[in-house]
Amino acid sequence: MSVVTNTTTIGAIEAPSRRNTELMLLVFAVAIAVFAYANVGLAINGTLPAGMLGYGVGLTLLAGVGHLVVRKFAPYADPLLLPLATLLNGIGLALIWRLDQSPRLKERDNFAAVASKQLMWTAVGVALFVAVLMLLKDHRILQRYTYISMVVSLVLLILPVFFPPVYGARIWVTIPGVGSLQPGEFAKIIIAIFFSGYLMVKRDALALASRRVMGLYLPRGRDLGPILVIWALSILILVFETDLGTSLLFFGLFVVMLYVATERTSWIVFGLLMSAVGAVSVASFEPHVQQRVQAWLDPFSKTTLAQTEQIAQSLMAFGSGGTLGTGLGQGNSDLIGFAANSDFILATVGEELGLAGMMAILLMYGLIVERGVRTALAARDPFGKLLAIGLSSALAIQVFVVAGGVMGLIPLTGMTMPFIAQGGSSVVANWALIAILIRISDTARRPAPAPAPSPDAEMTQVVRP
Amino acid sequence: MSELTLTVMRLGFLAVLWLFVIVAVQVIRSDLFGTRVTQRGSRRGNEARPQQTARQATTTAPQQQRQQPAGGGRQRRGAPTKLVVSEGTLTGTTVALQGQTITLGRAHDSTIVLDDDYASSRHARIYPDRDGQWIVEDLGSTNGTYLDRTRLTTPTPVPLGAPIRIGKTVIELRK
Repeated sequence: MSVVTNTTTIGAIEAPSRRNTELMLLVFAVAIAVFAYANVGLAINGTLPAGMLGYGVGLTLLAGVGHLVVRKFAPYADPLLLPLATLLNGIGLALIWRLDQSPRLKERDNFAAVASKQLMWTAVGVALFVAVLMLLKDHRILQRYTYISMVVSLVLLILPVFFPPVYGARIWVTIPGVGSLQPGEFAKIIIAIFFSGYLMVKRDALALASRRVMGLYLPRGRDLGPILVIWALSILILVFETDLGTSLLFFGLFVVMLYVATERTSWIVFGLLMSAVGAVSVASFEPHVQQRVQAWLDPFSKTTLAQTEQIAQSLMAFGSGGTLGTGLGQGNSDLIGFAANSDFILATVGEELGLAGMMAILLMYGLIVERGVRTALAARDPFGKLLAIGLSSALAIQVFVVAGGVMGLIPLTGMTMPFIAQGGSSVVANWALIAILIRISDTARRPAPAPAPSPDAEMTQVVRP
Repeated sequence: MSELTLTVMRLGFLAVLWLFVIVAVQVIRSDLFGTRVTQRGSRRGNEARPQQTARQATTTAPQQQRQQPAGGGRQRRGAPTKLVVSEGTLTGTTVALQGQTITLGRAHDSTIVLDDDYASSRHARIYPDRDGQWIVEDLGSTNGTYLDRTRLTTPTPVPLGAPIRIGKTVIELRK
């Protein structure tokens, strides 16, 4: 008995396909969204809204198509990504419709009811989702387009400079008669593809060739090249497009992926230092950024209330929501006025669903990010790992930047809440993002292929006497 | 709409929202895949252990039953059902053979992670061929894999109970 024995059993757990779990969650998600819609109608008009059938059928159809395509083309994909995205999108549609009903907003000059348009954009988003899943059989194909995607994302980021600024920021590409587009939303996906392809090749040089100074691994000067270029670019975006959000997203994404690829804390330290230096120096001379910072530091200022009123109203909305909220359709978040249904839609969540609802919504974003990180951990190829991390951290940074801006934690930036906020580019791009994550998770969770029968072995056995 | 209805709807909506989050977290909890490591009851006779083992046995049972028909056609009498480490630091570890490939080595993603100075990171693998015969293959290791006394050069069928040596570790297939 003195022999020490190890008594562990190792067994394999087959990766289940889990498509039925996904279907169950999808039904639940659509039901919640329709409930939200009905709740708004009952609270505002006292009757079930007339468009409820169309809305419910539309959402059900979109979710159903998404589910069937995942079942067919990505049978081992993560069961949570699609239902979470559907629920956030559904709640977003209900909230936008709720703000469409607001008499205060109807009085504004440039008011237009946008809920049906948003439903149409959601349909376009789901169509893109379907297209990505059907056409992209293997995410590693994207690796071939590393440098092309660099060029494309740079073009997308630079393009808005040539168009007139909309509300102080140049983030729109406006084609007269056709509509406008926010290319930054698509650039975040394409730039993640470039970063993963680039870092996969260069990570050893970045991680290993370094000197240790005071507990920090300092990268060599020439390895600092790419990070300096990206930093300069994000500063240029900040200066020429006066868009804090995109530049923060762009640079933050790079630092996160650099850290994941190299496991060097020094990159995080460098990244934070550089973004702080850049932001402070730009804020010192750019009036648009200064104004945003001013509105963040003193939203209730007497002298500049005209500019800071939105943030002030948004903070009041969160306050009046309290713990349990005022109930859907019964808040006064429409006082925010301009951009109440896009940049500031979280204030409506905060007021009408309260802290409890807000936490639930943020947790749903958290779960999407968690599933993305889990996918990265499970992925078998380094490119897939980096891409999954990149896409999920892009989503996380975006949620942080928007939520932080609306709640007054950081200066407000012109970005939209993924899936919830009104805006065609945003919803379409985010559905594409979810599609790529689903594709990677399908590859990652697929059971490993059976070992190929070794031709050598057979031949050797034949030759053996 | 009465005040009461609206209040009920407001709280109901929050409850449903949170219910969704909780269900999602439950799905994650049941979404584990990869390698399952089970601690069997230790020699010292801890009271809590047998109960735990029993519960784990019930959770693994349906899975094995499900696996059985899949490999039923090639399952023969006298086919090994488990792989046992009989010498080395991992002595006593068993792996249920369910038609999956078992990788051995120091790499973290191996089925059996060897903590052995003489093992390579991807040392060897053991897998069933089309007839259900278990084959051991050396994956180009530095110090070699031995079946009984002979060093492996080609994938070789493993007889029941024959010792496979990797460094100080000895592994055999048992019924």
